[in-house]
Parts: sequence; C-alpha cells; structure tokens
Amino acid sequence: MNTPQIVALLIQASYFAAAVLLIMGIKRMSSPVTARSGIQWAGVGVLVAVVVTFFYHEHAAANTPLLIENAALIFVAIALSTVLAWYSGKRVAMTSMPQMVALYNGMGGGSAAAIGASALLGFASMAAAPKFVPSMPHASLSQVALAVIGALIGAVSFTGSLIAFMKLQGWMDKTFRFTGQQAVNGLCFLASVAVGAYVVYALQVQGGVNVMYIVAFFALALLFGILMTLPIGGADMPVVISLFNAFTGLAVGFEGFVQQNVALIIAGTVVGAAGTLLTRLMAKAMNRSISNVLFSNFGSGGGAAAEIKGSMKPIEPDDAASLLYLAEKIIIVPGYGMAVAQAQHKIWELSQNLIKREKEVKFAIHPVAGRMPGHMNVLLAEAGVPYDLIADMDDINPEFPNCDVAIVIGANDVVNPVAKTDKSSPIYGMPILDVAKAKQVIVIKRGKGTGFAGIENALFYQDNCKMLYADGQEAANKLIAGLKAMDGGGGH
Amino acid sequence: MIDGFLALYLFMLAAFTGHEIISRVPVILHTPLMSGSNFVHGIVLVGAMVALGEATTPLQQIIGFIGVFLGAGNAAGGYVVTERMLEMFKSSKKPAAGGK
Repeated sequence: MNTPQIVALLIQASYFAAAVLLIMGIKRMSSPVTARSGIQWAGVGVLVAVVVTFFYHEHAAANTPLLIENAALIFVAIALSTVLAWYSGKRVAMTSMPQMVALYNGMGGGSAAAIGASALLGFASMAAAPKFVPSMPHASLSQVALAVIGALIGAVSFTGSLIAFMKLQGWMDKTFRFTGQQAVNGLCFLASVAVGAYVVYALQVQGGVNVMYIVAFFALALLFGILMTLPIGGADMPVVISLFNAFTGLAVGFEGFVQQNVALIIAGTVVGAAGTLLTRLMAKAMNRSISNVLFSNFGSGGGAAAEIKGSMKPIEPDDAASLLYLAEKIIIVPGYGMAVAQAQHKIWELSQNLIKREKEVKFAIHPVAGRMPGHMNVLLAEAGVPYDLIADMDDINPEFPNCDVAIVIGANDVVNPVAKTDKSSPIYGMPILDVAKAKQVIVIKRGKGTGFAGIENALFYQDNCKMLYADGQEAANKLIAGLKAMDGGGGH
Repeated sequence: MIDGFLALYLFMLAAFTGHEIISRVPVILHTPLMSGSNFVHGIVLVGAMVALGEATTPLQQIIGFIGVFLGAGNAAGGYVVTERMLEMFKSSKKPAAGGK
C-alpha cells in the first residue's frame, strides 16, 4: 500500500469512529446524569471527522496530494462560520434557545441542499462531457434521485427554519395568511417535485439536463419552505422546528448516500428518525396532530366558550406569604411568563427559603411550558434549581389534592380546567396540570389578561384561587420579605 | 458501492437506532436533546467539505463554499448551545465537585 491509500484507510476508520461516537453521544444525552458527556462525545466525533476530511480524496493514487483540493477555501469557510456561530451561541439568552436551534438547524439543511446542488451540477457536467472521465463512475439512479430528494428536504428545512427563527426572534409578524394559501403552497410543492423529477429523468434517461432546470428546482424548493412556514403561529413553532430538525437529518442521510459516506448516512438517518419521534411526542403533549399544526390555524373558528361565573379574588403579598408560612407542601407551576419576567432566580430564592423552613417544595412542569418541551427545565436549571425537584405533569398531577398551596407564575392555558370541562373551548382535550385541585392556589400575574390561546381561565374564578397582581420578581421579593416578617412576629 | 438493498438495510437499521435511543427520554431533556440531535446532523459539514473539495467550476466552488459555511455553523452553533444547556443540569443529591 502506498501512503495515499493508507491515509484513505485511516480516514474511513475515523469516519467509522465518528459514527460510533455520535450514536453513543445521543444515547448518553438521553439521561440527565450522562447528558453532558454525551454532547462532548458527539463533539469529538464530528471534530475527528472534520479534521481527517482535510486529507480526503475520492480516488487515492500514488501521486495524489496530501491535502484535499480547495483546502484553503474550506478552511476559510469553516473558520468564519465557526467564529460567528460560537460567538452567537455563547451570548444568546436561555429564553432565546429555541430560535437559535432553529437557526443552526436551518444552516444544516442549507448545507445538505448545497451538497445536493453541487452533486447535481457534477452529474450534469459529467453527462455533458463527450467521453466519460474514467475516474468518475456513472451515477446510479438512486444516487441522482436521492440527491434531488435530499436537496428538496434540505432546502425546505433551510428557508423554513429561517422563517421560524425570524418569527421567534420577533423580526417578523407572527402569521401571514391569505385566501387560497393552501392551494398556492400545494402547487408550489407539486411544481418543485415535478421539476425535481424531470431533472432525475433527464439525467438518467436523456443523458443530460439544462442547468436552468436545476436552478428552477432549487428556487421552488426554497420558496416552498418559506410558504409552508409563514402561516404557522408562534405557539406551534416548537413542533415545526423539531420537524425541520428531522428534515435536516433526513436530508443529510440522503446526501450522505449520494457521496457514499456512511457516517453521514448513519448520523443523518438516526437524527431523522429520532427527530420524527420527538416531533410526535411534542405534538402529542400539545394535543395537536402534526398535520393540524401544518395545515390549520390555532384557535381560529373555535366556537364561543361557555361563560364563566364568579369573580377573581385579589390577595395582598403579606396574606399570600402567611398562606405559604402555614403550608407544608407547596407546588410551584412556572410558565413562560416567568422566564420573560426573568423571575426564575427570585422564585428559586423563595423556594430555598421555603425548603429551609422544612416545607416540601416541587416544581410542576407542563410538557409545553416554555417555548419547547423541556425548555422550562432548562430555564429553571439556569437559575440553579436541581432537576430532582422538577416533576413532569403525569407524576405531579396526583399530588395536587394533597398540596397546601400551589403557586402559578406566568402560566395560564396549561392550568385552565376548561380543557377538561368545556367541549366548546379551543383548548378542550389538552392535558393540563390539575392545579385547580390544590387546597389553595396563588396566581402571580401582572394583570387580568388571558393566555396565549386568548381564553378566560376558569381556575382564576375558583373559590380556592387568589390573584397576586404583580411582576414576577417583585412578587417573589415581597413573599420572601413577608415570610421573614412573620419570623419576627413569631417571637424571635 | 452502497446501493439497492444494502442501502435500504442501512437506512432501516439507522432509523430503528434513532427511534430506540429517543423513545425512553424524560421530557426534561427534550429541548437539550433536540439541540443535541441538531448538532449531530452537523456532520453534514464533512459532506460539504468533500463537495467543495471536488468542485471544479466557479459555480460549484461558490455553492460548496456556502455549504461548508452553513455546515460549520450548524456544527459549531449546535455544539455551543447544547453544551451550555446541559452544563446547567445538576442534581440536589450530588453537589457538583468543587462547589459553588
């Protein structure tokens, strides 16, 4: 064996090691104890694969140079992008995590689409060449077809994720709708599939294709990604981002097949499958089907909800503090509103204060609290809340009847009992936290407004529910002060 | 050459692997895991590097450059945000070594 062949062998071995590291990395990320090492293992896997690729040649011969062609260009592109992405990723606030995931995911989809474009241009020039270049074997039908399919999925994920990013970042109006939108979207999709199919047919059967068709195919695919994401509202964005994550994975897997790179095939397909499952879990947690998210609009056309009787009862911070002072078991229900008010640190301070008084404190998390499933856990973890104090909905719901005080902060629709009782309500059927069953409920809220779905919350009108009208941080501060004042009154 | 049924078997096995790995994940890890799997498909960077490496025409070089740029952003950004999220997960039972 000559040197280039040994290098080629080492590269293949490194790709294999990278695939193993990536799969084991995802596996480790599925438990909180090993999660951090999981991302590090996966990181080593990608790093190894990237480094050895600088020495990659498709056909190693004795006279091939050591470095890959265009190595300088590759290096510049990686350096530029890594610096930008690293910097933005380090700086971004935890509340903005979902849109950053969308942005980076879109970049992956765009990269897969670029691989597809490059491969298709290569196939086209090969077919146009009067004689076959012996070092380049003719592409198989499945390679050409998967180049097109992968490029279509990747391009849709690219522009779709960018729209999702802009919406969550607040750079774009939440929804954009017009009559006949679904017909236009459908036509755009069909047109891109048709042009893509023609490109495959022309390359395989006619032996060549006009580059303009490839350009038209990409234009249509990119346009479709924009069109399909525009009408989707902010509440459904997490499901959409997760779906695009699965899309990018699939696109990477398909383009890996085009390049005959097994590491890409395996990593891409694993993410494609895992992402699809994750998307379904999220949609289920939100009581929405994926087709519902993609093709219909939340809350539009819902019948008039039944009138709620009773009134909201305000409570003063000192009275709320005395409820806490007497309580033994307290469950805190945080929502995205808490994170927006940046109150999670103060709430944790309040909880620590209560734990010191030997009270049982737990955090109840609805699957869709925050902007993504699990997002609230990240926000609480940032404030220092240990994850074993945080309970999922199914585990905590049986505990509410034994709970002395439930504190709801920044959550609304996910604790609204009409989801169980009122069939005409748009959120009917959505699983909720049974806060209504607690002995006492304190709702910390800035005003009387409704939640994201724009529905009145029957919980707020219940006899056992008191409204503490304040900003989240301010409320937590006053509750802590109230507790301390009571220590003083207790004769210390 | 991986083609035909061999490719199908490969896709099938990888898909099952992905499904199995995720199916027992607690909800608290959904966001970091989505971010982590987002990083894992950052391996696309390798494919983009190969594409740019094989580029001969200026058009292919431009497309390849864009591909590498986007792929590197996926990998680097995906890694940083996932790592930042995961380093915050602590248990109250085992205080982290070194303390606060």
